[in-house]
Amino acid sequence: MEQKKKNILEMRDINKYFVGAHALDNCCFTLQKGEIHALVGENGAGKSTLVKIMTGVYTDYDGEYLFCGNKVHFQGIKEAQQAGISVVHQELNMMNDLTVAQNIFIGRESKGFFCSDKKLNEKAQKLISDFDIKVKPTELLKNLSVGKAQMVEIARAMSFESTKVLILDEPTAALSESESHDLFEKMENLRKKGISIVFISHRLGEIMKIADRVTVMRDGAYIDTLKVCECKIEEIICLMIGREIIEEPKQRSGVKENAPTVLEVTNLKSSKVKDVSFILNKGEILGFAGLVGSGRTEVMRLIYGVDKKESGEIFVNGVKRQINHSKDAIKYGIGYLSEDRKRFGLMLGLSVMDNIVLPSYTKLSKFGFVSKKKCLSETYRLIKQLKIKTFDTNQIVKKLSGGNQQKVVIGKWLLQDMDILIFDEPTRGIDVGAREEIYIMIKKLINQGNSIIVISSDLTEIVRLSDRVMVMSEGKITGELDISEANQEKIMTLATQG
Amino acid sequence: MNKGERVNQFMKGEGLQKLIAVLALIILYMFFSFFGKYFLTVDTFISILDSSYYIGFLSIGATFVIIAGGIDLSSGTVMVGSALIGGVAYNVWGLPIALSLGIVMLSALIFGAINGLLVGKIGLPPFIATLGIQFISLGYCSVIAKVQTQTYPSLISKDGWFKQFVYKNEGFPMGIIWLILFFIIAWVILNKTVLGRYTYAIGSNEEAVELTGIKSNNWKILVYIVNGFFCGLAGIIYAATYSTITPQTGNGQEMYAIAACVIGGTSLSGGIGSLSGTILGVFVISVLKTGLLSMGLPVQWQQVLIGVVVILAVLMDVIRMKNLKRFSLT
Repeated sequence: MEQKKKNILEMRDINKYFVGAHALDNCCFTLQKGEIHALVGENGAGKSTLVKIMTGVYTDYDGEYLFCGNKVHFQGIKEAQQAGISVVHQELNMMNDLTVAQNIFIGRESKGFFCSDKKLNEKAQKLISDFDIKVKPTELLKNLSVGKAQMVEIARAMSFESTKVLILDEPTAALSESESHDLFEKMENLRKKGISIVFISHRLGEIMKIADRVTVMRDGAYIDTLKVCECKIEEIICLMIGREIIEEPKQRSGVKENAPTVLEVTNLKSSKVKDVSFILNKGEILGFAGLVGSGRTEVMRLIYGVDKKESGEIFVNGVKRQINHSKDAIKYGIGYLSEDRKRFGLMLGLSVMDNIVLPSYTKLSKFGFVSKKKCLSETYRLIKQLKIKTFDTNQIVKKLSGGNQQKVVIGKWLLQDMDILIFDEPTRGIDVGAREEIYIMIKKLINQGNSIIVISSDLTEIVRLSDRVMVMSEGKITGELDISEANQEKIMTLATQG
Repeated sequence: MNKGERVNQFMKGEGLQKLIAVLALIILYMFFSFFGKYFLTVDTFISILDSSYYIGFLSIGATFVIIAGGIDLSSGTVMVGSALIGGVAYNVWGLPIALSLGIVMLSALIFGAINGLLVGKIGLPPFIATLGIQFISLGYCSVIAKVQTQTYPSLISKDGWFKQFVYKNEGFPMGIIWLILFFIIAWVILNKTVLGRYTYAIGSNEEAVELTGIKSNNWKILVYIVNGFFCGLAGIIYAATYSTITPQTGNGQEMYAIAACVIGGTSLSGGIGSLSGTILGVFVISVLKTGLLSMGLPVQWQQVLIGVVVILAVLMDVIRMKNLKRFSLT
């Protein structure tokens, strides 16, 4: 028999039911010692559920779960952690007002009643140097970048001596390219030490780079496990969505030669934005590339009137406008879709309809009385147009998948008839299928005469969508590229300029 | 969405809490019918109604504020304080009773507007702003009354017509008619108007509302003014029901209002709630108050039991929120 690598974790025929839903249907998963195993699937495919069973969050499931060769049934996160499974969640679970050291050792400050920060700091310093993270143990977590905070969280996970399996749930979602690169190096080092890593990501390019094997899930079912070195991205995508995606050839979306300028921004300044000027032409998709924290979102918030600008002028259709509140921006036809749709874009506890018609109530009411009939018909129209998967208009938005939530946000703006739409990270945390639909939707908007700004940290997305690319770094615009000359390397070079 | 789905969603929302409120009401009523003295009489029924008027109006106002994600700790003292000033206007300044009642409304509206400005314009947390106004209204209105108890005209006197009009007409409880009328008006505002939709939206996610081009702060001010209006109505009916208004009282009454909202399924985290639930909560409280009296227990037991009921209701709210969260993770 060929010497197989030792399986450290094995799950067989896992079934999990939620009220009225079969969340996992005979799922299998094996993890070998010292491998990086990617877990992919569209949102709602069951990755999170599987991970939650792995880590003891869900305790009621059917099926067999072997860890280090023993049959186990974890009764809680703590049990799983003691056995050697640590998880770093997509949303960071850290205390912002505590120091790095306090965060790492939270819950394990000391064996007695009193604890000394000095000892904690020493222990943390050792761990941090082992991991080669450039932070001080005494630094407050809120002062760290997302990337550094993530590293600290991984360091925390690894500070449990028993840890044999590390689960990273979309660790790169909020990271810039260089931070991701850093993370991969750390993952590589851990693998060499014999740690097994489960890596959940929507970015297939990363998976091809870093993972050994990849397991694909779809609709709660196990589809296949492939060796990464033997397969292509297209194969994985096909397995994930069960159909083929036709890549459109790269082309300008038909901006006319002398299209008028719809938006001009000159010398915009604030604490995080340093003298930014640019123009947006009619019918154009203007990409904003740059690392996370380079000031792209801040520029848009200034234009949209959410933050106060120190100086600078905004011209809409050639006329100088004062924008002091989002209400003014909307009046001049500018809409903004935030990168954090749960915080800034949606009312999660309210229905699909309430969310879509929110900005349009004045349009859909008479003498302050809302016309339910009009609201309903507009909502139905948008659900159909955007192919939002929802039971009906009363469905609470919280229960929709990320992609469908994003469509609800888009629907909200379509109903408003904006001329200029600013998409901030339109596909963050969204699965491949829905991503394609959103791209198609953006192209369609352009054909209808809208002008669009897209902010994205995903370079393939920028290159694929934009007609022209502005690159930002540290609050400044460091370059402007026409799509005919833009490629990922060029953008990256500009984005990392000081 | 099929029927099962719909029922499911209903039960996960405030529906379950409403159902429990109805059950609680029935069980309490049956309990007191067995164990209370003279509970199953017309007189007792009417006194249950009587004690529900001012709590009812306060609770309607509180429902708006709580759904918008706020809280009002001043409604009890604003109600009593405004009634006190109305009494001063009638007794001391010698104004006609109708005008004095107008002054009750005006005073409550002004306090409502101040609450609104403190929360909406200055940006204080509602808890602190309204706690401040609780003390201010309690003290200031007593100062105006020179700490004298104010008495409203009795039923049989010349100016007693207002009592017949708003409170009781030859034994018929007029108050319930006004409560129903203003319940309907409030329901229409909350469910059919832009103000109502914004109230839910702001309570659900204010940042998102703000980014949608809606000046949420201005709408919040309006919500507190609506609340002030209902505090004023509560003040009028309070004056009609109890006639003598003592300075430095009224604090604590707002807790009944907040309790009624929560019992009826309005979430303290905002964005969720209904007026029908609130009215159920109001009757749970007034049945409890009246029933305990009929059992001959001292008044202090009311406070203990209502405290228990509030904690249970908030507990249900917390559990419900947790369930919603867990469901969304799948």
